[in-house]
Amino acid sequence: MSRWLLRVLGLSYLAVLLAAPVGLVFWRTFEHGFGPAWDAVTTPAAKHALYLTLLIAAIAVPANTIFGIVCALAIVRYRFRGKGIVNALVDLPLALSPVVVGLAYFLLYSRNGWFGGWLTDHGIQVVFALPAMVLVTIFVSLPFVVREVVPVLHEIGTEQEQAASTLGASPWQTFRKVTLPAIRWAVAYGVVLTTARALGEFGAVSVVSGHVVGKTETMTLHVEESYQAFDYTGAYAASFVLALIAISTLVLMSLFKPKEETR
Amino acid sequence: MSFVTAYLSLIVLLPLAALVWKSADAGRTGFWDAVTDPQAVAALKLTLVVSVAVSLINAVFGTIVAWILVRDRFWGQGVVNAIIDLPFALPTIVAGLTLLALYGPNGPVGIDVAFSRAAVLVALLFVTLPFVIRTVQPVLLELDREMEEASASLGAGPLRTFRYIVFPNLFPAILSGVALAFARAVGEFGSIVLISGNLPFKTEVASVFIFGRIESGDPAGAAAVSVVILAISFAALLGIGALRRWRTRHDRV
Repeated sequence: MSRWLLRVLGLSYLAVLLAAPVGLVFWRTFEHGFGPAWDAVTTPAAKHALYLTLLIAAIAVPANTIFGIVCALAIVRYRFRGKGIVNALVDLPLALSPVVVGLAYFLLYSRNGWFGGWLTDHGIQVVFALPAMVLVTIFVSLPFVVREVVPVLHEIGTEQEQAASTLGASPWQTFRKVTLPAIRWAVAYGVVLTTARALGEFGAVSVVSGHVVGKTETMTLHVEESYQAFDYTGAYAASFVLALIAISTLVLMSLFKPKEETR
Repeated sequence: MSFVTAYLSLIVLLPLAALVWKSADAGRTGFWDAVTDPQAVAALKLTLVVSVAVSLINAVFGTIVAWILVRDRFWGQGVVNAIIDLPFALPTIVAGLTLLALYGPNGPVGIDVAFSRAAVLVALLFVTLPFVIRTVQPVLLELDREMEEASASLGAGPLRTFRYIVFPNLFPAILSGVALAFARAVGEFGSIVLISGNLPFKTEVASVFIFGRIESGDPAGAAAVSVVILAISFAALLGIGALRRWRTRHDRV
């Protein structure tokens, strides 16, 4: 009896909050058939938005992957002053409002900001252009690789690394041949999370992008712009693309997760 | 090492320093005026109240969902388990549009919460759904069932066993999930912006208020309220860290 009650309670909560809305968006996208939806995601504005989103992710994800591995190694393998501060700064993007992040970058790089004046004088436009959009995306997707790699590094210990260096391996060889293979699934998992976050960022990018259609508009901004312009098919179709990416992320996560657990 | 410091300084520290600096631009009175502006106070109050509410609602339903995922067996359980993380993976603006499609003016079920405080609640429930489930689930998996069997064999009913045996073991995990959900809810923007209508004094949350101030050319006012949000986020992170340390100590005993 209580078993059924709990099952019904839990599953209805998920249905009402999660399954029904997401299912409805899929249905709305193809309400008028496949043609209009396809036309909506192949307009020049939509195609450029997709291109820009992928370009930003293509810069932000490798940057945060390299940083993530180096930072995790620093946190686990080295003792240094201010480790607590480094840990706190790495976690901060998880908790901070994206709008606040966008504002911080806006203040730093806009014309009256600390760097903005000098950069503008030298012909470099950061705010309302690609550089600021890339920088805020790096900020919001920064923690994931670090947070996935740190526990694995703790777990594998240093014995194999020490053995490698006693046998004459250089630090780089030790990293390439011993450390990297051990953490590769954690890195892959972190990269998937970083990519999902980078592709889906909205608030921070919204503040620093300037919303120029066909120029500084990403997929998420395109969704909002289409919706505000009463182009519901366009908004739903672009959302559908983003939702498909999100679902592929979940599939990739479930592929990487078991391997990580049985290492 | 210097690479880590340089990267963190450039990406995280410098922009936040610029933010704090700007909020101090107008002096102490200017800062105080900006954060005690009635519209700002209303936005901050709504944000905090709704964030606490969604954390508590998800504490209850998150524990129930974690329970049926671990202790129950039913058809389609794997799929249910997989879609729990969807709110993490789905871009927030898509989450907002999704909820608007079902619970908005043109929704098929006749429930229209758009432009009301209920809309803010629904949006935040959606984006914070996974936190409690994902913190409670592993603890429940590890939990030794012998204790519960002992309790039952000594004549305790299911409720009594849950109250005195299961709940105390889950409590630290539930609390961690609540803290994570709260931290996430306080800063949420994308999922709220379409469905809440952003009505000042009614449905405007802190992030939307800050966004509005930036758009209307008042970066100092935006920065002042941002510093308040920054402080809350920091406090939430410290709380989460303290909980994590408490839980690992708890585990060792």
